[in-house]
Amino acid sequence: MRRSTSRRDRGSDRPRRSRNPSDRLFRGATLGFALAILGLALLVAWQLFIHSKLSREQFGWSFLWTQTWDPVAGQFGALPFIYGTLVTSVLALVIAVPLGLGTALFLAELAPPRLSQWLAFMVELLAAIPSVIYGLVGIFIVVPWVRVHLEPALSGTLGFLPLFRGAPYGVGFLTAGLILAVMVVPFITSVSREVLLAVPRVQREAALALGATRWEMLRMAVLPYARSGIAGSILLALARALGETMAVTMVIGNKPQIAASLFEPGYTMPAVLANEFTEATDDLYLHALIEIGLVLFVVTVLINGIARLMLMRLAVPAGPVKR
Amino acid sequence: MILKSLRMLLVPAALFTVALPASARPALVNGAGATFPYPIYSKWFAEYAKTDDKVNFNYQSIGSGGGIRQVTAGTVDFGATDGPMSDDQLKQAPGELIHFPTVLGGVVAVYNVPGVTGTLNLSQKALAGIFIGRVTKWNDAAIASANSGVSLPPNDIIVVHRSDGSGTTFIWTDFLSKASPEWSKQVGKGTSVNWPVGLGGKGNEGVTGLVKQTPHSIGYVELGYAQHNKIPFAKIENAAGEYVDCSQESVTKAAAAAVATMPADFRVSITNPAGSGVYPIASFTWLLVYRQQKEAVKGAALVRFLRWMLRDGQRFAGPLGYAPLPPEVISLEETAIEKINVPS
Repeated sequence: MRRSTSRRDRGSDRPRRSRNPSDRLFRGATLGFALAILGLALLVAWQLFIHSKLSREQFGWSFLWTQTWDPVAGQFGALPFIYGTLVTSVLALVIAVPLGLGTALFLAELAPPRLSQWLAFMVELLAAIPSVIYGLVGIFIVVPWVRVHLEPALSGTLGFLPLFRGAPYGVGFLTAGLILAVMVVPFITSVSREVLLAVPRVQREAALALGATRWEMLRMAVLPYARSGIAGSILLALARALGETMAVTMVIGNKPQIAASLFEPGYTMPAVLANEFTEATDDLYLHALIEIGLVLFVVTVLINGIARLMLMRLAVPAGPVKR
Repeated sequence: MILKSLRMLLVPAALFTVALPASARPALVNGAGATFPYPIYSKWFAEYAKTDDKVNFNYQSIGSGGGIRQVTAGTVDFGATDGPMSDDQLKQAPGELIHFPTVLGGVVAVYNVPGVTGTLNLSQKALAGIFIGRVTKWNDAAIASANSGVSLPPNDIIVVHRSDGSGTTFIWTDFLSKASPEWSKQVGKGTSVNWPVGLGGKGNEGVTGLVKQTPHSIGYVELGYAQHNKIPFAKIENAAGEYVDCSQESVTKAAAAAVATMPADFRVSITNPAGSGVYPIASFTWLLVYRQQKEAVKGAALVRFLRWMLRDGQRFAGPLGYAPLPPEVISLEETAIEKINVPS
């Protein structure tokens, strides 16, 4: 994220340990806050771990690759939910990254300042809409549109791919991905826009002075500089997509299955928690649901970790561009 | 700025506390549980507060599972559930819990079949077949045989069910388990089940939305919800072989028909009872009250409320889409209320 860039930039002028008591007090206080966040995350993980005991003992690791979810028979497996969470999140990013990044580039580099400010405001407004509203819009507007127009059009043109086959229900992975994409675009756009605006003027002027066109300037001088910040915005969007509950539940069809077609109904981990937690009466069922929460936690940490590793790889060749 | 707004919040709060001295404050009786009866319960508590200023009821509709857990843990004064507690669950409670049926709810099969304007008749076999995935076309003989004269389309049936755990699903699957041995063996009954086919909609509104929008679909919702949204629902074949429309009367009749076999603790399923004119997919919903009350004021208030609910409260059921209890059940419950011990 941005922090990593700026810290590297500041390099040696970072203040060393101060003798001043108020400085040390401040340092201690902020350290305490930072540790509290870490402690909170560990506490959540620990609570999820101990309260999923029955389910972990009964199913062991096979919980992760079992496809049955049968509360009546007491058979629980998380695989369809893991699959659904990953598919919808990836789909959302595939749609939202070009859209969000394109918008950010336009707002930061091309749009007249006044228009840019207005549009940025509107984009940020999208992030303030409660997710249940997205869900309702999904049910009443997007789902019928997807069923009547989008899915027949996709299967008509791209039907040779297994991704776009099957009966058009309207609800399913595709609609969930679409709704999620709209929900995460503001994260990508507003963070990326700020990052792009933070690219120093000299960087652009140098490129232009060398005779670069506007596009070349963006590609060679601006984007590499902003790369890790942009990647950070995408990470933030991904985290949001993985954890989104209400809007997804309302449009995904809630069927625990693994299907190649995006038209098919599916299920996600947050959705099954939201759906079944309140009426889960017996203990094993409850523990299985909490284990889903634990798996979601671990998957989120893993994906964020992998993305961060990729980010570090990305940042290396960009080195020379930065001062 | 923050300080100022904080002060603005605190001042009225302080005034409020001063205005209500502790002695005059009504006792607060807390309850939690089922969401299905929430509209009638909140109506009851509001109406009851008008007649009794010594008590205030607070009800959290957190779901039957939560209601059972909280009443067992003693964090609330009473619980509420859509499915009766199991023997194991009753054993876990620190004292004897009594089930009190409060109202009845019917669950209807709503459908969206273009070209069909009248009311469809669905046999038990057809309904179970549709939901298990064996009857897949609307013009299947299992449906057509009970609907002579109706032109049914040859399209695929799209099944819609509740995705969230709910008492409505419990009633529905309880009925299907009785109607079809195959369903009972393969799927069973519960607040959430492993559905063989279909899409899941979240809540009554999710199911209603999907059924309304998706041609050739069928789903199930509570009677009141279907009436309010004006979606057609089918007549269902009962145990006597009649096709019965769901109404308050036919649901109340189902409860009356079950009185003969009613156990003393009221834990009874009234789906598919024998008898004429009964609608077969209905259930009680229950309040869970400890036989031995701990506090005199709260215990006495609960007893007063239960009596009021049985006598005066029942008339509020109809307008909210529930069916009132039959008189036979009310008199059984009035006897059961006598069993509650309130410390003096």
